[in-house]
Amino acid sequence: MNVRAACCVVAAIVSLAACQREKRDFEAPTKAVTPPPVRLSEIQPGAISTKTSLEGKYEDNAFALSEGKRLFGWYNCTGCHAHGGGDKGPALMDRVWIYGSEPAQIYATIVEGRPNGMPSFGGHIPDNEVWELVAYVRSLSGLASGMASPNRSDTMHVKAPESNVEAQQPVTAAPSGASERP
Amino acid sequence: MTGGLHDVEAPAGAQAQAIAQLWHVLLPVCTIVFVAVLVAVFVALRRAPRATRETAPDVSSLSQPEPALARAVWAGVIVCAVLLLGLLAASVFTDRALARLPLEDALHIRLTGYQWWWEAQYDDPAPSRIFTTANELHVPVGRPVIVTLVGADVIHSFWVPSLHGKKDLIPGRPQTISFRADRPGVYRGTCAEYCGYQHAHMVLYVIADTPNDFAYWAARQRAPAAKPASALAQQGAELFLQKSCAMCHAIDGTGAQGRNAPNLTHVASRMTIGAGTLANSVTNRAAWILDPQQFKPGANMPSQNMAPDELAAINAYLGTLQ
Ligand code: HEC
Ligand code: HEC
Ligand SMILES: [Cu+2]
Repeated sequence: MNVRAACCVVAAIVSLAACQREKRDFEAPTKAVTPPPVRLSEIQPGAISTKTSLEGKYEDNAFALSEGKRLFGWYNCTGCHAHGGGDKGPALMDRVWIYGSEPAQIYATIVEGRPNGMPSFGGHIPDNEVWELVAYVRSLSGLASGMASPNRSDTMHVKAPESNVEAQQPVTAAPSGASERP
Repeated sequence: MTGGLHDVEAPAGAQAQAIAQLWHVLLPVCTIVFVAVLVAVFVALRRAPRATRETAPDVSSLSQPEPALARAVWAGVIVCAVLLLGLLAASVFTDRALARLPLEDALHIRLTGYQWWWEAQYDDPAPSRIFTTANELHVPVGRPVIVTLVGADVIHSFWVPSLHGKKDLIPGRPQTISFRADRPGVYRGTCAEYCGYQHAHMVLYVIADTPNDFAYWAARQRAPAAKPASALAQQGAELFLQKSCAMCHAIDGTGAQGRNAPNLTHVASRMTIGAGTLANSVTNRAAWILDPQQFKPGANMPSQNMAPDELAAINAYLGTLQ
């Protein structure tokens, strides 16, 4: 087989892998606000499940990530976290995480709130939008797919675009009071 | 959804008139040219010698001049040039007529295009007299209006055919368009630049009022939201702040100060909701609040999960916002 043809086949297969990036769900899931699942007990019948159907679905999807970026401003996350650099709330573009960097942990942070001033958004914003925010928050420190992360801002640019952020190895910080936050 | 004049052929302002006149020149000239070309093609087809495989190629005229043919070609070139220059001149004069609108004492409006609705801010030298509304412009008859066009997210285009031509709303590049409505009426406009999923549901109504009616309307729009009169409306006002509504919508004079969605201070005074998607009736409004995605899939307002009594209260409250 000649080299040219082989290259073409390989390129075609590689480009197929990027298809998820542009996938759009037009009808489902419904954009409905659902009450947060509150679990008062650690134990569950059967294996412990925190996953919802949307977990991880948006990490490599360009539309969902850019929606997350829009909502980060709309729901005033920027009011406390600035554009990731942090203000009243901790910086989200660094590698330090108080409550964990996994999608399910960030989901819990947003839906349930955190004691030192993070409001609980559960019941106020629809589930799919929370997951879009989760994916976007992760893209701030390079944890979402760089290929799909937003590469421009609608407003003035204050930092390098999310698509250019090097993936940062998450480290855990102990929960701390507002004054001595990392 | 709710009527309104939407017709280039029925101009209601000096500029739309000029555009309609240009159209009345362009249409017959282009029709005549089109028909002439068709006739010429047809004649040529009819007259063409019917050659067969065996016929020798006709080279008889190659070395002889053909004055008749040359004259015909020259005549064709000159007629084309004259017609094109004529049309060019007509459109230059139309452009000048469009720009010649006197702008003394103009009303200033800042119109922002969002996916997929319009925000209108009525400017005033006194900041306390500035007010904001959505999807509906009221303008006084006979007074020029200068509209500053701004795109909030992607490119949209302002087009109210009975009043003026099109002009784009480009993010980061505000520009202006001015027009004057000379007859009272409701003029329907629409976004004329594809801007995403719900582009087709991005309608703007321009309502030309008599100066008195306009002054009355503007005075009412300037007032802060009506205080809830009934217990039900009071409950609705509280729910509006507790539910997610206040994160996106503003109701002036209350704690709701979201700036991402239509200002609802006087929502009940508008003809439609969802940028012309539904008529603004009590039942439509309730259906919209519960599930806007059903009418406008992809719109930036999430469907809500709320109890019927909560919905009734919020809807009753919005209904009082005249
Ligand atoms: C009123 C201010 C405020 C707003 C608004 C706010 N946050 Fe926070 N956020 C905080 C504070 C304060 C903390 C730290 C909480 C703690 O240490 O207990 C925090 C923590 C977080 C964390 C955890 C960080 C870590 O290191 O584990 C995430 C993720 C986060 N916020 C995301 C968001 C998102 C997404 C939004 C918008 C939907 C948002 N926040 C809106 C104040 C805010
Ligand atoms: C995430 C932001 C967001 C939230 C939360 C939200 N809306 Fe909206 N709302 C919008 C947007 C955006 C539009 C315009 C949609 C369009 O026409 O494309 C809109 C349109 C409307 C309209 C029609 C207004 C008009 O003039 O066309 C009404 C009424 C309305 N919303 C009521 C509510 C109520 C009541 C709530 C709370 C239960 C609510 N909204 C929550 C964003 C939001
Ligand atoms: Cu459009």
